[in-house]
Amino acid sequence: MSEPVIEAHGLVKRYGKSTVVDGVDLTLTEGEVLGLLGPNGAGKTTTILMLLGLTEPSAGEVRVLGRNPLREPLKVKSDVGYLPDAVGFYDTLTGRENLMFTARLGGFNPAEARTRIAAALDRVHLSAAADRRVGTYSRGMRQRLGLAELLMRETRVAILDEPTSGLDPQSTDELLGLIREFSADGMTVILSSHLLDVVQSICTRVALFNRGRVGFVGTVEALAQQVTDGAFHIDVAADGADVGALIGGLEDVNQVKPDGTGWHITAARDIRAELAKRIVEAGGALKNLDAHRVSLSEAYNLFFKEVSHEA
Amino acid sequence: MKREGSPLKGVGTIAIKEAADHMTSARMHLIMLLVLLTAAGSVWAAIGQIRVTTAEDPFLFLKLLTTARDPLPSFASFLGFLLPLVAIALGFDGINGEFGKRTMSRILAQPIYRDAVLFGKFLGGMLVLAIALLTLWLLMVGLGILMLGLPPSGADVGRGLAYLAVTLVYTGVWLALALAFSTVIKTPATSALAALSVWLVFSIFWSMITPFAASVISPLDPTNPMTLLSQYETQQALARISPSVLYGEISQMLLDPASRSVGPVFMSQLQGALVGAPLPTLQSILIIWPQISGLFAAMVLLFTGAYVVFQRQEVRA
Repeated sequence: MSEPVIEAHGLVKRYGKSTVVDGVDLTLTEGEVLGLLGPNGAGKTTTILMLLGLTEPSAGEVRVLGRNPLREPLKVKSDVGYLPDAVGFYDTLTGRENLMFTARLGGFNPAEARTRIAAALDRVHLSAAADRRVGTYSRGMRQRLGLAELLMRETRVAILDEPTSGLDPQSTDELLGLIREFSADGMTVILSSHLLDVVQSICTRVALFNRGRVGFVGTVEALAQQVTDGAFHIDVAADGADVGALIGGLEDVNQVKPDGTGWHITAARDIRAELAKRIVEAGGALKNLDAHRVSLSEAYNLFFKEVSHEA
Repeated sequence: MKREGSPLKGVGTIAIKEAADHMTSARMHLIMLLVLLTAAGSVWAAIGQIRVTTAEDPFLFLKLLTTARDPLPSFASFLGFLLPLVAIALGFDGINGEFGKRTMSRILAQPIYRDAVLFGKFLGGMLVLAIALLTLWLLMVGLGILMLGLPPSGADVGRGLAYLAVTLVYTGVWLALALAFSTVIKTPATSALAALSVWLVFSIFWSMITPFAASVISPLDPTNPMTLLSQYETQQALARISPSVLYGEISQMLLDPASRSVGPVFMSQLQGALVGAPLPTLQSILIIWPQISGLFAAMVLLFTGAYVVFQRQEVRA
């Protein structure tokens, strides 16, 4: 295991009396894509700003690539790219000029910057629009220009705050494809979002934020396991057989309820084979037998239901 | 806490971008057109006046800038009145505009210190102002040479350049003020109004307020003539809070070599003086050195205030 790219221990941020982030621990290894999930105001953006050193934590410590963002901000910021929520560019400059400006701030020499910018714009499919003013860009194009900036700077970590908010499905797909490519190239990505299917489709791990704390960190499967005790959800539809009665003798079945066209069964293990056998033996025509673990959105809802019951 | 790297990294880049933005903005073009027209008008009027009256004046060139002919005020007083407006137009949305465009968090995430953003904005504004003022000065001098047919003397040029430098500092005060407001106030419209109110108070209402305030602070005692002097001095001290007053005193002293003092002068002090004889340039500068320092201090103070607020500001506004 390589050394962690980002490490945060006991991060706390207070504004006056209100505590926005209350003891967050995170560890990321190289090439990982971590999704930060949680309702608005859960402390996701504040945590991101603390990781970047743009906001000083009230308590706790951050190491980014082994460096403290408050002590060595320039080195940390040159290795970490940040794409803020609804990223802004200078509307009166063209896309290429905007990137040139950040390249100069990053201290690249102009000739090298020009080739890097051209390559980055090409990769995010903005070459054709590169010499148009950013004022004419759509929202998806701005987000892609933001990604091009990270590419141009060749950062090792990308922190994306709500990268897909307000995008149409096609732009979202395009953007996610790009992020996936970045991570395949070894870039470590942190991404915050409300869109659960976005997170589920590209993140290796998720962190659930609630009221300034991280309620859960792990893979989506582990989350499902935790909130549902690893239960399987099975949808059955069969003609000519009373599934409710047939299932009676099976072990590890927690719940059976009719759901309009068929039955919804919750079980501690995969009981499909036995169930199918029984239905067929009883002379029923099996039309559907579908097992799945909970989806991220179900798990998310279950998680926050639990949390709010506790509160 | 010791931090690595130079806080000045990126200042040049930001300053040049800022200057380029100003140079191409419609806002700047409009206001410079206004300044140019008024300046040309007042110098034109001054030339007409000089031709009629003082053909034998030894400091003809400086007269170009100080002579007023009704209904136009002189070039110097025009500048004192209008330059703050130019500076405010450049600075009022410096910081809060970046937040409004949502570019601030992206810029601050670049490998530069926050210091570079504010300082770069200030330098960029000063660069534009310096270019504009130098152009204006050269235009007026050129107009003078053409219309009067006289080359300026060395002393004229020296005083003119000193005047130019002080004018830049005076404009810098207002730029720093506008930037400070743009840091403290979140919406550009409000910060523009706030800066314009300060400008109005200092350039128009201040001269009405100070006599009143002085008569309250040091009232006249009919039996003691010295109270008259102390009231006048109080009034002058209060008036000098306004950068416009300081600038007025400096330009009077620099552009009129014959003036000896900016405060009250007693008869005893005039003994042996050759009234109307010009002072050497350096002596004139020496007299108004406190005013120059005052203007510079005001600029630095305002910038520092903005700096402190900006450094502590949260990135997510």
